[in-house]
Amino acid sequence: MNIAVIKYNAGNIHSVRLALRRLGVEPVVTDEIQVLKSADKVIFPGVGEASSVMRYIRDRGIADLLPQLIQPVLGICLGLQLMCRASEENASRCLGIFNTAVRRFPANDKVPHMGWNKIHNLKGDLFRNVQSAAFVYFVHSYYAELNPLTVATTDYILPFSAAMQRDNFYAVQFHPEKSGAVGEQILRNFLAL
Amino acid sequence: MLAKRIIPCLDVRDGQTVKGINFVNIRAAGDPVELGAAYAGQGADELVYLDITASVERRGTFVELVERVAQTLNIPFTVGGGIRNEEDVACLLAAGADKISVNTAAVNCPELVETLARRFGSQCVVVAIDTKRTPEGDLVYIHGGRTPTERRTQEWAREVVNRGAGEILLTSMDHDGTKNGFALEITRELAESLPIPVIASGGAGSKEHFVEVFKVGKADAALAASVFHFGEIPIPELKRHLRTNRIEVRL
Repeated sequence: MNIAVIKYNAGNIHSVRLALRRLGVEPVVTDEIQVLKSADKVIFPGVGEASSVMRYIRDRGIADLLPQLIQPVLGICLGLQLMCRASEENASRCLGIFNTAVRRFPANDKVPHMGWNKIHNLKGDLFRNVQSAAFVYFVHSYYAELNPLTVATTDYILPFSAAMQRDNFYAVQFHPEKSGAVGEQILRNFLAL
Repeated sequence: MLAKRIIPCLDVRDGQTVKGINFVNIRAAGDPVELGAAYAGQGADELVYLDITASVERRGTFVELVERVAQTLNIPFTVGGGIRNEEDVACLLAAGADKISVNTAAVNCPELVETLARRFGSQCVVVAIDTKRTPEGDLVYIHGGRTPTERRTQEWAREVVNRGAGEILLTSMDHDGTKNGFALEITRELAESLPIPVIASGGAGSKEHFVEVFKVGKADAALAASVFHFGEIPIPELKRHLRTNRIEVRL
């Protein structure tokens, strides 16, 4: 299986690569359009700042390519946020794969939302063999609002989209590569799509 | 609701895990990678690897070990000990660490916290503060707790938050190694007043101490070493005990 991880100027790309390796898959880490196009699956990982990553992937044509991909695509953390319509983080226009806004958490509690929290209302193939109220690891200050494409919810300050899906596009706000056995199951489910 | 985190700390010297009793006496407790994987399997929420000799003997950081840990662990881990500058941090993050912790270097050069937060993001910048209660108030200690400074713990904590720290690892020098419980007062003071998570460290001796540090100390996470290394408190048992006491934990 040919798995491509999108390379960009920030991010936890190395962690995602190691997590896939633990599952017996060696991904190719790339920002080349042709390689991404021909991959069986594409992972868009993330840690970083929205506007600078958007600029990077626009400059390389990845921003135009991503919404047109037909193979399964998985956005992780910032990846999820950049797949939305727009982010409040430096007022960034994003890819619009998910027609929802990304907002900053109100400061009613500690921000970033960092640590282990529960996922609920699980829907679809990504969560096969994952129990409701399973714990996964989050680190983020911005969140995607609940919307019709939400396939998992988490509550922190307010309920938000822990995961979304539209056709072949999947995205999770948490870090499956750092979420223990539950995270491994979710990655395995993505690899099995 | 966000779970309270249980964080075993592995003090590493020459590639082996050790635990300092009051930061001075040292005895061995196994291979750091194996031990870390065992903890992850038992339900540890995160791990901290501390290169305890680095700042003393000016040893380089332990990048190779970090690489092996990153290959093995499926939970987040922080590395610290002897980090002097931006390049040390770049190296450790590239090796696969999720967060780094700075202590002495930040006290000596507070701008370092800002530099790191700007370049790598606040989420990976943990500032470790060793604190000791003195007649003059709570003061910051450096060099592995051996050297006093004139900085007040509360003021220093606020300063590093303003400079972009993502988390504070607060170790009470008075409690560390005593097994008499965490320093609840200072932990609570910081945990309640700061907008970032506070990890309490130093003094864990019983399951009840963890209940206290979450309920009374309001800590976001609790770190301990010897009670875990020597199997005195098995993590699954600790977490069940916390849940029985209505503290949200990941089980």
